Amino acid sequence: MENNNLYNYILGIADNSLILGQRLGELCGHGPSLETDIACTNISLDLLGQVRSYYQYAAQLADDGRNEDTIAMMRPEREYVNVLLVEQPNTDFAYTMARQFLFDVYHFSFLTQLQNSADNTLAAIAKKSIKEVSYHLRFSSDWIKRLGDGTEESNKRIQNAINDLWTYTDELFHQTEADKQMISEGVGVDTSKLKEQYYNEVSSLLKEATLEVPESKYFQKGGKKGIHTEHMGYILAELQYMQRTYPNLTW
Amino acid sequence: MINHAEIDSELIPILDQVADPEIPVLTILDMGVVRYARVKEKEVLIKITPTYSGCPAMDVIGDDIIKAFKEAGYMAKVELVLAPSWSTDWITERGRNALEKYGIAPPLEAEADKAALLGGQKIVKCTLCGSTNTKLVSQFGSTACKALFQCEDCHEPFDYFKCLK
Ligand SMILES: [Zn+2]
Repeated sequence: MENNNLYNYILGIADNSLILGQRLGELCGHGPSLETDIACTNISLDLLGQVRSYYQYAAQLADDGRNEDTIAMMRPEREYVNVLLVEQPNTDFAYTMARQFLFDVYHFSFLTQLQNSADNTLAAIAKKSIKEVSYHLRFSSDWIKRLGDGTEESNKRIQNAINDLWTYTDELFHQTEADKQMISEGVGVDTSKLKEQYYNEVSSLLKEATLEVPESKYFQKGGKKGIHTEHMGYILAELQYMQRTYPNLTW
Repeated sequence: MINHAEIDSELIPILDQVADPEIPVLTILDMGVVRYARVKEKEVLIKITPTYSGCPAMDVIGDDIIKAFKEAGYMAKVELVLAPSWSTDWITERGRNALEKYGIAPPLEAEADKAALLGGQKIVKCTLCGSTNTKLVSQFGSTACKALFQCEDCHEPFDYFKCLK
């Protein structure tokens, strides 16, 4: 492939949204209320729609017969490079919203920068996606405030979720070799420059929600290198079931 | 209408027969998703842009366009373009009226939209009785483009087409 770094860079973006979209999709028909169920599946649909644009572009670059579906469905676990945060389980609604919020703040600022990418296709996908992600961010921020500033029980649960998921936030800003190469070419977003703003934004909303900002300095990593938590295998088992059972099936 | 799209006038009547599969009272021209349509000796190239990234209607719209042109004696090719990205501003006046009649409140301006969805301001008009004494039920509705509202006067539940810019 002519541009392996670009291909890998695109997967680094898209895999996050694919796996988070899959996680949210699990709530279809199982959300805690009709409205939140619909919201989570709507967000899932937005993310999967964005993913299609990325994988279509990746397939075009690969130019070896793979298409968006084979890239999305047929890789082994070690070849998925999503961050660990997005594969964490739904556990309860507080976890689902905490995971969403911690990702949305990053996603929004990432896409804000990606709009200026020297790569026209990535810039176009970013311009399209950011409109949708601004809704996701509003939704998850609202819920953090509502749960934090809600009852004693809801406050406790959302605080637990934030504390547990906090350990996965640092990885959002780790850079792979492909990332570094793409940043140097003006294609990729220099995520190290987003980090301070990220923690400022997250902290100020947590405070507004009467929640405590975790102080832990210990962080998990591995997803961006294909080393995942134990949850990933189960996600892929469900995601890939149809394609593995009936290879080459089409609708 | 559709001033920023490049569309050959002889193609407009055909494009105008193709309805949005999820909101059948709107044609794809009313929606503003057709960005380019040029004909050369019965061969047509059409570029459409998605409303939302995950909009499942786009594939259907592509098929419906090809079918409509085939019936009119043309060969059409449809491409999906992402830039510039779709905005609710591109919905035509005729489209906005059709939406309201169909029971979907048309999108407000960005600031008003924010006030309605986040600030709890009563400004979205009930599609049944016209009252603005309405409340937001959910920021997300039956499809990605809509939010769910209910009228506090006549109790009608209705969709609001969210502003996207
Ligand atoms: Zn009413």
